[in-house]
Amino acid sequence: MIKTNYSKRKYVIISIFILTGVIFLIKLFMIQIVDNDYKLYANKNVLRYETQYPARGFIYDRNGELLVYNEAAYDLLITPRLVKEIDTIEFCNLLKIDKELLIEKFKESKKYSYYKPSIFLEQISKEDYAFLEEKLYKYPGFYVQARTLRKYEHPIAAHVLGYVGEVNQQELKNDYYYKQGDYIGKSGVEITYEKILRGKKGLKIKMVDVFNREKGSYQDGKYDTSAVSGKNIYISIDSRLQTYGEKLMQNKRGSIVAIEPSTGEILALISSPNYDPNLLIGRIRTKNFNKLSVDTLEPLFNRAIMAQYSPGSTFKSVIGLIGLQEGVIKPETKYSCQGVNSYPIVCSHNHESPLNLIHAIEQSCNPYFWKVFKSITERENFETYQEGYNIWREHVASFGIGKKIKNDLVNQRPGNLPKETYFNKYYGKKGWKAITVRSLSIGQGEIELTPLQLANVITAIANRGFYKIPHLIKSIGNIGTPSKDYFDIVTTTIDSSNFEPIIEGLNLVYEGEHGTARWYNIDSVRICGKTGTAENPFGENHSVFIAFAPKDNPQIAISVIVENAGFGSIWAAPIASLMIAKYFNSEIKNNWFEKKILDANLLEIKEKRSEN
Amino acid sequence: MRNKKGIYNIDKVSIFLFLVLVFLGWINIYAAIYNEDHKNIFDISQKYGKQLIWIGASLILGLIILMIDAKFFLTFSYAIYGISIISLICVLLFGKEIAGSKSWLQIGGFGIQPAEFAKFATNLALAKFLTSRDLNLKKFKSIYKALIIIGVPAFLILLQHDTGSALVFTAFILVLYRNGLSGSILVMGVIIAVIFILTLLLNKFIVIGIISAFALLVFLILKRSRKNLIPIIGLSILMSMFAFSVDYTFENILEFHQKKRINVLLGIEKDLHGAGYNVNQSKIAIGSGGLSGKGFLKGTQTKYDFVPEQSTDFIFCTVGEEWGFLGSLTVIILLLWLMIRIVKLAERQRSTFACIYGYGLASILFFHFFVNIGMTIGITPVIGIPLPFFSYGGSSLWAFTILLFIFLKLDATRLEML
Repeated sequence: MIKTNYSKRKYVIISIFILTGVIFLIKLFMIQIVDNDYKLYANKNVLRYETQYPARGFIYDRNGELLVYNEAAYDLLITPRLVKEIDTIEFCNLLKIDKELLIEKFKESKKYSYYKPSIFLEQISKEDYAFLEEKLYKYPGFYVQARTLRKYEHPIAAHVLGYVGEVNQQELKNDYYYKQGDYIGKSGVEITYEKILRGKKGLKIKMVDVFNREKGSYQDGKYDTSAVSGKNIYISIDSRLQTYGEKLMQNKRGSIVAIEPSTGEILALISSPNYDPNLLIGRIRTKNFNKLSVDTLEPLFNRAIMAQYSPGSTFKSVIGLIGLQEGVIKPETKYSCQGVNSYPIVCSHNHESPLNLIHAIEQSCNPYFWKVFKSITERENFETYQEGYNIWREHVASFGIGKKIKNDLVNQRPGNLPKETYFNKYYGKKGWKAITVRSLSIGQGEIELTPLQLANVITAIANRGFYKIPHLIKSIGNIGTPSKDYFDIVTTTIDSSNFEPIIEGLNLVYEGEHGTARWYNIDSVRICGKTGTAENPFGENHSVFIAFAPKDNPQIAISVIVENAGFGSIWAAPIASLMIAKYFNSEIKNNWFEKKILDANLLEIKEKRSEN
Repeated sequence: MRNKKGIYNIDKVSIFLFLVLVFLGWINIYAAIYNEDHKNIFDISQKYGKQLIWIGASLILGLIILMIDAKFFLTFSYAIYGISIISLICVLLFGKEIAGSKSWLQIGGFGIQPAEFAKFATNLALAKFLTSRDLNLKKFKSIYKALIIIGVPAFLILLQHDTGSALVFTAFILVLYRNGLSGSILVMGVIIAVIFILTLLLNKFIVIGIISAFALLVFLILKRSRKNLIPIIGLSILMSMFAFSVDYTFENILEFHQKKRINVLLGIEKDLHGAGYNVNQSKIAIGSGGLSGKGFLKGTQTKYDFVPEQSTDFIFCTVGEEWGFLGSLTVIILLLWLMIRIVKLAERQRSTFACIYGYGLASILFFHFFVNIGMTIGITPVIGIPLPFFSYGGSSLWAFTILLFIFLKLDATRLEML
């Protein structure tokens, strides 16, 4: 038989069978046991991770008034595979879009994925959603996902509150908590307290089939976590005061900062021009943001912490304090003043001569403080002028001038308090002395403060020698539980006893016969303040004023700056008085200036008028 | 020893393996199609219920075959073959087109696939042919006649666009080999496969370069005798021409999806969401099974329909995912056992016809085994052919049952045949 010759071949054939089996088993061993990737891929296929978004914390003012809350907005999502024939006209009407946009968006979503859902229309308002929801059953393949957007109860404090927007690439890299499309605070309180406000995302793991249809919870929700709502925060702002201040500052450029001296809590922080915070939410944000950023009035610019101004005559209070502390003057010390003929600094006020410290403050005499400054910095026993200058500088710096304040306001400027090296470089080490830098004595020249720093100075004076770092946070989570972050006292280098004469002088500004703000006195409250006119090399002078009230046991300290408004006494002082009156709920008799301030539009004035 | 009546001499091991495979196939189909709404495994509206009916019918078929006289098959081999050819032609003329291939004939309420039945019909015809007296597979005359018997149904099936089933017929090479066909044919087969793959992976000119270098090497090894020069050059030219033809065929004759599948197999293309999708999902399903699988009815890839064609071509995925490596191992061992057992049974036949038929059976089973499982783990291209006794489908189950039981009958009566 033939087969006898070839019967050995059965071994070849059987070997082929076995060899194939072995190869299969090796490959199966590799992919089932050795290689773990497939398990991962299997899970990726099947599991859908649904993020549970927590509610963002609300923001209240110091009295529990609601400032910022959340409103639900709805995103319309589409799963192209499930979409059937629809009545496009009705759908377009419901969504308030035109047919071209509908078709374009549908194409986009199909390109993204035929099976996976994607956002079709973002942030439909609550009202639109109500109508849509009724009819949504007619449109298979579409469903709605709720989102929350910020809503502002009052259109105030835009700079303080900040705004919220979608995370960008950098923010994604910095914190893995965020995923593409999440919201994050971008400025103001929203960014400083982001971690507290944002809460914690939760997770639901669902199982899906190949068509992305939900098939139940993974392991019965064993690995699910619930979202934790963000904590509410109470900021130190008094919304009534803030609203009033913003109204007073409308149509003007400038800033008001009000602080509660005993705690350092910021009662009001106003930068003008400003904007309605409701402009920067949701779908309209980008458009409005672009508009605001190219607005020549710069409404996005927070002058209260980012603009640096010369303090002008308000600085004389500090000069006086340093003089007393260094012992180069006493309250009785008198200096003469030749008015406009004075040298080297002219005095723009008409008053008797000579006059003592208290009256010099009351009537803002330039030569007086020039002489005090000279006495402080130029002394016989000092070898170099720098020695005196540095002593002076130390005192000034102890008021928080010349460096950024370490608090919960982001993007601050530090102001300017030049070190000796600055002048050394310009003039040479031996090339300058008091007369060279005389403008510093009247708060001009290189010295610059932000409105917040200026408010902090008057706070330190109100407290007779110390301040607590000015801040916005009052409490977190619960209105009763104060935040402990800013409890520490920062002392100035001036003994508290030295403050009394200065404060006397500041009080006379209002109550004295010749006080530079006497027209704005309020009967029911004893106010202490100082006018200032900051020279502005680029245009009309700025009107500056600092004040605190009441004289004893002060409750509020305030700085006001109105740009290009001329004398401090004309614009800044009355604004300060009005703010103080409002804070104490006091009536001002014969309040002729409130209406004038409210109606004034100073925006057009930028260039210098011919002569003062 | 008195011969027992045919039916009691039937190889019990084979019957056992057959029943086990059919049963495992059935419950895996249940797992693959499992649907919360139709939990009952006997539910006829679902595939698993239907498969039970096919199984029942095939048992009856098997029984009938066992009762038919073995000589019947020998006598009517060519007739059965002829009917098969006619049915293949009919399906081309009257067949229903499903999923791109015209492979189904509707008879009454049933659909049958003539291609499946052509497998055993050809096996019968080939076995009969190879018992002819003057047969010598070393001679070209015999070879080409055998090739015609194999080739005609294969070609007709190819016309149906059922490339997979057509390719099954190449399994008969093993039968020819066992009966005298030169072993070098097998070697040639391997070389051709290598050239095929290389031509697709590399440039055809590079391949020719490799062939030339190889030829030179062989020439040098064989001590540079003149005698060897001409065959070597001839072969090299033939192989180079083959490389060209592969390239030409691939570019111009193969259809797009066939090209894609080959590219995906060779790793030229990844296409995880198109042609590579099936294999990728299949590997994920199997790979995620680990050592002992996720458990019966707990395979997530299976449950959520990530693997397409899971009750038919990719049924092995369910085994891999739900029963893990141990499950895969078991099924492979069962099938190998059956195939090797059949070879062993074939060898103990006194009748050449029975022996050759047995080898045909084993080879056909092997081809399905090789391509089907290989496809699920990414070793062979995706060619739609079922896993014998396992995959869902009446036609394929019946055809394999007939194929097997004819042999079992032949084997049971081996002592009677001459």
